[in-house]
Amino acid sequence: MRSWLFFFVALAVGALIFAIALLIRSDYLFFAGYVVLQFVVLATAWNILGGYCGYVNFGSAAFFAIGVYTSVALAKLGANPGRYLPEFLATGLKPLLPLPILAMQFFAGLIAGLIGLGMGYLTLRLRGVFFAIATLAMAVVLQTLIINWDFVGGARGAYIVRPASIALGPISIGYIEYLFLIMLVLAVVALTVARLIERSRLGYGFATIRDDELAAEACGVPTLRLKLIATTISGAFMGMAGAPFPYYIGYVEPAATFGLPYAVNSIAMPMIGGTTSWPGPLLGAVLLGSLQQIATVTISSAVNLLIVGVLLVGFVVIAPKGILGLIEDWRHARGKP
Amino acid sequence: MGLPIELIINAAVAGLLLGGFYAAVTIGISISFGMLDVVNIAHPAFIILGSYLAYLLNLTFGLDPILAALVMLPAFYALGQVVYQVYYLSFERRGQDALRGLAFFFGLLFITEVMLILLFGVDYRYVEASYIGPTWRLGFVDLPLRMLVPCVVSLLLVAALQLLLTRSFVGRAIMAVAQDPLALQLMAANPIRIKRMAFALSVATTSLAGAFLIIIQPVEPSVGREYIGRVFAICVLGGMGSLPGTVIASMLLGVVESFTATFYGPSWAPAVAFGFLLLTLAVRPAGILGR
Amino acid sequence: MSAPLLEIKSVGKRFGGFVALEAINLDVARGERLGLIGPNGSGKSTLVNCICGTLNNETGTVHFEGRALDGLPANQRTHLGLARSFQLPRPFTSLSVADNLRIPLIYAVRRRSQLILSPQELERRSLELLAMVGLEAKARRSPRDLSQVEMRKLELVRAMAAEPKLLIADEVMAGLSHSEVEDIIQLLLQLNGQGISIILIEHIMRAVMSFSQRIAVLVSGRKIADGKPDEVVNNPSVVSAYLGQ
Repeated sequence: MRSWLFFFVALAVGALIFAIALLIRSDYLFFAGYVVLQFVVLATAWNILGGYCGYVNFGSAAFFAIGVYTSVALAKLGANPGRYLPEFLATGLKPLLPLPILAMQFFAGLIAGLIGLGMGYLTLRLRGVFFAIATLAMAVVLQTLIINWDFVGGARGAYIVRPASIALGPISIGYIEYLFLIMLVLAVVALTVARLIERSRLGYGFATIRDDELAAEACGVPTLRLKLIATTISGAFMGMAGAPFPYYIGYVEPAATFGLPYAVNSIAMPMIGGTTSWPGPLLGAVLLGSLQQIATVTISSAVNLLIVGVLLVGFVVIAPKGILGLIEDWRHARGKP
Repeated sequence: MGLPIELIINAAVAGLLLGGFYAAVTIGISISFGMLDVVNIAHPAFIILGSYLAYLLNLTFGLDPILAALVMLPAFYALGQVVYQVYYLSFERRGQDALRGLAFFFGLLFITEVMLILLFGVDYRYVEASYIGPTWRLGFVDLPLRMLVPCVVSLLLVAALQLLLTRSFVGRAIMAVAQDPLALQLMAANPIRIKRMAFALSVATTSLAGAFLIIIQPVEPSVGREYIGRVFAICVLGGMGSLPGTVIASMLLGVVESFTATFYGPSWAPAVAFGFLLLTLAVRPAGILGR
Repeated sequence: MSAPLLEIKSVGKRFGGFVALEAINLDVARGERLGLIGPNGSGKSTLVNCICGTLNNETGTVHFEGRALDGLPANQRTHLGLARSFQLPRPFTSLSVADNLRIPLIYAVRRRSQLILSPQELERRSLELLAMVGLEAKARRSPRDLSQVEMRKLELVRAMAAEPKLLIADEVMAGLSHSEVEDIIQLLLQLNGQGISIILIEHIMRAVMSFSQRIAVLVSGRKIADGKPDEVVNNPSVVSAYLGQ
């Protein structure tokens, strides 16, 4: 199926989901659904670098947080441009501010992508191990920077006011529904991009890096360039996933935003769902995300995290190719005598 | 200009004491990563585990934390053996499995941290010992005992390990397996068993490192994450498997962090370690390009 | 006499305390067939790694077509015209056998000739290459389904797919039958006939003897002989160090 066709089909599926959700009229569904969709994006983004190229990013929380805090910074700027910008800039930009979420998402993606590129440039020439460690260290450093930056609230955190509703042309929908819609579209875009990459020459190149980087270089594959592309795309999507978050949650503070749950889930979901192809992260995110939403309400959130950790280790040890891999092996075993 | 000499010297001394502690924290990684090429990201989590166990023994029996750590050594050694065995059985080959190996240890790191949160909550814990309060004074130089004691014991630990590695049969077998597993097989020694012992040794060191940590500062479960960047930076800068190199690199990092804390504020310390890491990665290619 | 295609001057490489290569001087002329022999562990593969950029030599220089290669990453050296097979086969296991060949076709050939090969052309060329070593029937299979011997053939043909000016064949004949060895020699001679220089690293002496115009001998990281096959084979130090075993 050609990619644009896939995009529209996925969009149609998404529209259907949205319509059904609107009919059911449950606020909780939108709240929980937003989180699951967010993880679809994070897992898919992680997988572009982790699953396709084999380079593990432990700092997903950092890229997500870049998106979150870009929004916070732009929102604060938008609320009071005169205070932070020179006179002519403030008056000139006034009609544009406060920026709509989509614009914030764009900037979030841009900044996160650039930071991913920069960090990749510094560490991707070395073994994958060092890249992984550097991503962990980077998350800690970024958290330190944010804690020390009072403009976005520092350690105390920042409040973002969520409007009650938003007008989309003639219709007016609740804001939470709007956020859900944004995340839905982003998820569709992420999945389409991942699928597009998989089937392209780029995807072949990524696969060789994952299989045997030394042999790939010997065959002329520009491994550094490809890895940088993967890191940038991956980082950008994670940033875009983070951008609407302040509006969703209303109050952001560094400890929770940089929390391990984001890092672990971004890794656990693709590894449990399957890392070789786009349905894997989707499956992992939907399954694990829903499970966690249910568990958080019924058990405590800490136990819920423990379950994720145990599942991750369990799958990594026993079923490394994830659920998709298990299905494939089962089909293989049945197909061949 | 008057740069306060006393301040500088005190910052330097504090840095050296800190560096001594960092050596204990890193020595395990020098063995598991530097020599065995196993990326044990969960190392800092084991250290925090060591801290909490020392805390428990200190609270319940009034046991000195370092003694508590020594008591726990065999348990940690056993833990290391189990972890390595699972690791070895699951991830024997390289390549794609390097990703899985990393994910495995990350999962362990995560599970350990969450379990500690479940058991102990997120409040800071600290231990009581006779040397935690007082500070010796040599002229204008401050030597807080809570820093001095761990530093000294740590250096003793490193010296003991170095002796073990260079003088004993087991130790030399470990160093041999680090350089050439094939040669070891020809010597009719089982490389897997040797590697397992070495890894178990590296995890055992976390027991002591954990005790040192909780002596120096109050501990809560997420503290371990700050150390990931530090230990790998020190390990690489110190030449991967070299124990003396690790000590020198630890001291260096300790001093740089100390100066940063003194002149720019302590909240920037984690950033220093990252800068260090980037610097070492950029400047010292030996052994880390894999070439 | 024209300038050599490949010039290796005083190349040295150590791993910690172990000296893998010491002051290696070696030239390969355009269109030449060079045999490289020596005991296991003598440094042959290390030398190949240094030439191709998989490893960085600490001392000495490597020049290809007059251009210094030092610091150039391996993929760029392949673009310049160097190709090698790995002693222990390293196929891309997520890709099919035929797709393994597409990689150098896409990334090495295109770069040099600025051609974008259509999918049909890629398919045709990879099948053609597979046919040269009798693997065309396994084109759609996974490399994991191949035998050791077949994987070595895939290694060789993957290196050939990069359309090199200099091809380094590192122990491709290990485990092959007498007639299979002949086939590979014919294949390599055919390539050489097109002007491609070849460095053949082998333990099978009759293959090296019949194929090479010149033989270099590496022992314990040092080159101890370099000359016509007959001279080298009768060189007493070579006999005692390697051939006499």
